[in-house]
Amino acid sequence: MTTDIATPATPKKAVTKKTRAKTKATNNRAAVLFFIAPFSILFSLFYILPILVAIYQSLLTVEREGTFGKPTEVFGGFVQYARVFQDSSFWDSILRVLGFGIVQVPVMLGLALLLALLLDSPLVKGKRFFRLAFFAPYAVPGVIAAVMWGFLYSPNLSPFTAITKEINFLGADLVLWSIANVVTWVFVGYNMIIIYSALLAIPSEIYEAARLDGASQARIAWSIKIPLITPAITLTAIFSIIGTLQLLAEPQVFKSFTSAVTSTYTPNLLIYSTASVPNVNLAAAFSVVLALFTFALSFTVLKFTQRKAD
Amino acid sequence: MSATKAPVKKHNGPRESLFSRSGAMLVMAICTFYFLIPIWWLFVAATKDRGDFTSSAPLWFADFNLVENIVNLANYRDGLFFQWMLNSILYAGAGAAVATLFATMMGYALAKYSFRGRETLFNVVLGGVLVPATALALPLFLVFSQVGATNTFWSVFLPSIVSPFGVYLARIYATSSVPDELVEAARIDGSGEVRTFFTVATRLMTPAMVTIFLFQFVTIWNNFFLPLIMLRDEKLFPVTLGLYIWNSQVNQIPEIRAYVIIGALLSIIPLIIAFLSLQRFWRSGLGTGALK
Repeated sequence: MTTDIATPATPKKAVTKKTRAKTKATNNRAAVLFFIAPFSILFSLFYILPILVAIYQSLLTVEREGTFGKPTEVFGGFVQYARVFQDSSFWDSILRVLGFGIVQVPVMLGLALLLALLLDSPLVKGKRFFRLAFFAPYAVPGVIAAVMWGFLYSPNLSPFTAITKEINFLGADLVLWSIANVVTWVFVGYNMIIIYSALLAIPSEIYEAARLDGASQARIAWSIKIPLITPAITLTAIFSIIGTLQLLAEPQVFKSFTSAVTSTYTPNLLIYSTASVPNVNLAAAFSVVLALFTFALSFTVLKFTQRKAD
Repeated sequence: MSATKAPVKKHNGPRESLFSRSGAMLVMAICTFYFLIPIWWLFVAATKDRGDFTSSAPLWFADFNLVENIVNLANYRDGLFFQWMLNSILYAGAGAAVATLFATMMGYALAKYSFRGRETLFNVVLGGVLVPATALALPLFLVFSQVGATNTFWSVFLPSIVSPFGVYLARIYATSSVPDELVEAARIDGSGEVRTFFTVATRLMTPAMVTIFLFQFVTIWNNFFLPLIMLRDEKLFPVTLGLYIWNSQVNQIPEIRAYVIIGALLSIIPLIIAFLSLQRFWRSGLGTGALK
């Protein structure tokens, strides 16, 4: 602060300041290196390197000399990618998770938003309890949640056999939405907390005028609160889209409850089963295409919501 | 503040009609039922012996056999389940601690120093936030198999100590809560940069660090694809993978079902304890992440 007041009229002071700044800069370089090196090295090794290796592997193809010859990996250009684009089970799985996401993400985020707004309104008593109750499922790992709901859907063991005997939640028609329910159950509370934190950060003076003018809570929520928390909603939307495309644990568990979930049910299940064939090169190509697809979709959502906010 | 707020509230009180208040409470009650019933069911089921599990009312207790069930689980296959729990605690606890330290250092450097390539570096890390862990599982397997290190503790542990989201959170938090003046003052007092970070900055960044720790802990605890693809030796399994394998064997070995249920209950207890005891920290920390 005080250094700002130093005038150029005192050249001697300026010189000392400069030398001090210089030594500071060299010290800082060592310090900065110390701070950023551990993360940067690990990030390069376990984020960037795997991506590069996956891209490299996806460009290889296995060739055999004759039918029983020793297999060798040779450079195959985009051979694997041509296979990816012709593989109908891959595109079926992408379409399946997209359909899942179009329904599940809005339902989950809508519910999270509604609950966050209710927690933030004066309409509800016992906020602390509700906040914890809704957040609790987030402490249940996806695999465990799927195991649990598997029992709850079961026609014999469920507490709700009256319903589960009538409706087959694990049949081919419904199982995708049964999985959607498991994902929703786990993540509503998590998204609710993110949105609720954003709501708490709004100074209450902003809507006190509206309240004095007689605006209802619903009106305040719609016209004032929701526009102000758009960044938080965007964040939750992006994470949800990523999660949907990467769906794995829940369908993997459901495979042991029902034959309706096949080993190509979601893109990641397909990648896993392709890699265990083993056809690592094709699996790598699937991974690369899926990652690019995920990235493109998240980026589009980000840009779309940003433009809307302007 | 309170002087201006009180009359507003008083004036405003009756406007929230009984109708909208009871509507809101009804929504809350239905949602509480939806979110808590499965956990309640799990708890009740874990207290029953095999006969009661199929014959008694699923949502209420029969004979209380929780302790016996835990003892049986501990004796089953030399306590394999508790080996898995221990593994998970090690993967998640140690992993999250190291991840938090490195992410905080990185975020602090990005917030408090200007150096060449800083924004590029930050953008690369942000790109990393958009790359989900599951998308990296197979590529990581390819890397570890190049050096013959799959099916080891390190093949699951090392990838999980990188948290790009933690860096993002740490940077935002350091920018807003560690004043430049304080860092400068420490500098003038002759404190080295590294010492300033460990004595001054970490103290101010505690809420962000707890948040990063907690969320990395949950991420590692819930991690499933990476261990599934990396590990063959069941002694190295985390609890999620172990229970998954058991659950897929229920049709062949029916008595294993009881172990899956009691194991599922035990596997969520550490996370619930962590969230409850640290909620004061993560609530404020999460808010910072969502704001920007």
